[in-house]
Amino acid sequence: MADTLLDIRNLRIEATSYPPGEPPRDVVLVDDVSVSVDKGRVLGLIGESGAGKSTIGLSSMAYGRGGVRLTGGTIALNGRDIRLADAKALRALRGREVTYVAQSAAAAFNPAIPLMDQVIETSLLHKVMTRAEAEARAILLFRKLGLPNPERFGKRYPHQVSGGQLQRAMTAMALCPKPDLVIFDEPTTALDVTTQIEVLAAIKEAIRDTGVAALYITHDLAVVAQVADDILVLRHGKRVEYGSTAQIITAPAEPYTQALVSVRSLDHVEKSDAPAVLQIQNVTARYQGTSFDVLKNITLDLPAGQTLAVVGESGSGKSTLARVITGLLPPGQGQIRFAGRNLAPDLAARSRDDLREVQMIYQMADTAMNPRQTVGTIIGRPLEFYFGLKGEAKRARVQELLDQIEMGKGFIDRYPAELSGGQKQRVCIARALAAKPRLIICDEVTSALDPLVADGILKLLLDLQAAEGVAYLFITHDLATVRAIADRIAVMYRGEVRRYGSKTDVLAPPYDAYTELLLSSVPDMKLGWLEGVLDSRKMAAAGH
Amino acid sequence: MRIPLSALVGMVFTGAFFLAAILAPLIAPYGMAEIVGGVWDPASGAHLLGTDAIGRDLLTRMIYGGQTTIFVASAATILSFTLGSVLGFSAAVAGGWVDQGLSRLVDLVMAIPALILALVILSVLPVTLTVLILVMGLLDATRVFRLARAVAVDITVMDYVEAARLRGEGWGWIIFREILPNALSPLVAELGLRFIFAVLFISTLSFLGLGVQPPLADWGGIVKENASGLVYGIPAALIPAFAIAALAISVNLVADWVLSRTTSLKGGRG
Repeated sequence: MADTLLDIRNLRIEATSYPPGEPPRDVVLVDDVSVSVDKGRVLGLIGESGAGKSTIGLSSMAYGRGGVRLTGGTIALNGRDIRLADAKALRALRGREVTYVAQSAAAAFNPAIPLMDQVIETSLLHKVMTRAEAEARAILLFRKLGLPNPERFGKRYPHQVSGGQLQRAMTAMALCPKPDLVIFDEPTTALDVTTQIEVLAAIKEAIRDTGVAALYITHDLAVVAQVADDILVLRHGKRVEYGSTAQIITAPAEPYTQALVSVRSLDHVEKSDAPAVLQIQNVTARYQGTSFDVLKNITLDLPAGQTLAVVGESGSGKSTLARVITGLLPPGQGQIRFAGRNLAPDLAARSRDDLREVQMIYQMADTAMNPRQTVGTIIGRPLEFYFGLKGEAKRARVQELLDQIEMGKGFIDRYPAELSGGQKQRVCIARALAAKPRLIICDEVTSALDPLVADGILKLLLDLQAAEGVAYLFITHDLATVRAIADRIAVMYRGEVRRYGSKTDVLAPPYDAYTELLLSSVPDMKLGWLEGVLDSRKMAAAGH
Repeated sequence: MRIPLSALVGMVFTGAFFLAAILAPLIAPYGMAEIVGGVWDPASGAHLLGTDAIGRDLLTRMIYGGQTTIFVASAATILSFTLGSVLGFSAAVAGGWVDQGLSRLVDLVMAIPALILALVILSVLPVTLTVLILVMGLLDATRVFRLARAVAVDITVMDYVEAARLRGEGWGWIIFREILPNALSPLVAELGLRFIFAVLFISTLSFLGLGVQPPLADWGGIVKENASGLVYGIPAALIPAFAIAALAISVNLVADWVLSRTTSLKGGRG
């Protein structure tokens, strides 16, 4: 029998919530969760937001974020219960036996200190090794993690390296003091899909080489399947299913796990060609005061009532394209034709009908709604503004729209803060729909949502398209979403359209190099996918 | 809803000051400029706070003085907030040249100490209550402008403001319906502070002789009229000074509480 490193039994975690206008009450975040990790093994914690995965992850160093209390059960690390350990014992433990890799490396590093000093800081504080030893180990880890120029990498400051490199530097920081357990809290979630695969491979290799045990927290089952030996599925702070990775992926027992596994199988048959509602013709654009074209000679058509997916990584110009279409950024050259007429380049010069017929849905539903307005005001304003509806007529139409987005009664007088993430995005959809648009621009509308919720939103968008005949310009970096919703696809890279056509054409070989890289980087929900991709890339590189 | 003790104390005192100001002609025992006793009579049954340097009842002077001081300060505060916040929000929403022009103009005014600027202006203009209110309101508006603009700049970049722009909304809706409700809590806190500064400012001007003119009473003027008595151990000048301090503290206690209330409103920021 292998040595048990971390043994959590009947863990119960509580916090006090302060709902506005009500007396504070205690809420249970994690309830009766038991799990154990053997030395050198990787446990994946998976679940949607609010499932308690990060809370459990942090509890393995007996830490509770702001006001979170570990109220019951035992947390045994290396055989001793640390749940009620005193501050001195915890100080000796944290950053020595257990280390942590956060989601946003950019926010976790101090921008004023070179990377090396930060990477070896805990090793020195805990007197694990001398400065020279620590630096030698850090350079070793930099090399292992595939960072460029490992000897000199530590002299750089955080802003001088890319996001993926920073995430790897943080992994080096966590591994430097030779811990027994590393907590990875969504380390690749904030990265582009093409970067994610590199970081994932580096983390996996580093875990294997150092023989450290790890907790890998993520909401993406396909990602965790690549690194974990075992998986714990969580929902609402309770354990749903616990088993080996192979069992969870191939033979999930619980309905919730089954839903998670099948989340990306949503499919959409593309529609036949139709006259274009939106024509983007030779558009070139740059931001004021810069000398760099963010969009270079873009030409795209969007047929009426269909979906054009614009795919690309951050910085490819996808969102800028949306700003040009909406008139927030007048293009330098080229023009935009909409429903047979030319759209004025500048927002201020557009007619009210032009504005009404092009609507927008944002990535962050939180910031897209005024927190001081009720759902009724948010959805009702376009009705009042464009159609002059008032009083009861307006309220009835708002309710009709709420029914259409499957929210029903009781939401009309709520504030955005009282809605869940998925509900917020639905209200934003209703606001766009209220204007009776012919085109809705969806800017990464599902990327901030949990997979199951995102699936619900995509289904809703497809249903609404069938019912209302509205066209979508769908901006995303997620190819699974594209498969689920697109009729046409445009692949963008550095401001150019690299590939454009119907979905079947774009997703069928032969690919150009960039599309190939993008397509192969999307994690597949199967074991050994990561190795397969890396091997085929190595072979391709050797063949050249 | 529970009101904390400090806020309750603040509200009682603030309420008492304002009530006394509004009801001055009814509760004042004597006429405002009526000479009813000797010079600096000590406190007695007929004159609860004694009399002042020329034999007027000090309690009466204090009540009428409170009326003038609170009225001028309130009017100046309302003027400075209306002007400052509307211009500040407009500068943030419009951006570009409008923002640059207004901001630099405000910088220019703020570069000159407010008291000196006010003294210069008041020495050439006729000193009436209207002029006093306008001068104080305009000078204070620069500070409100700074705050309102800073808060609004943070809000104008939010997606919901962009959504309103894309809808084709005019400035009125964007400023009053999208930005103002979200900018309210810092502005309310500033309101309390600005009111207090206005009280101190008008008192200072009156003490220097360029504020409220006799025979009209105001707290700064009462201090000035009775200041020479301090040498002889007569406390008449300390009473208005104490009133100014009490009003300042009680208004701030209320403003503190309002601030903590508005930030925890449904859907409040932070």
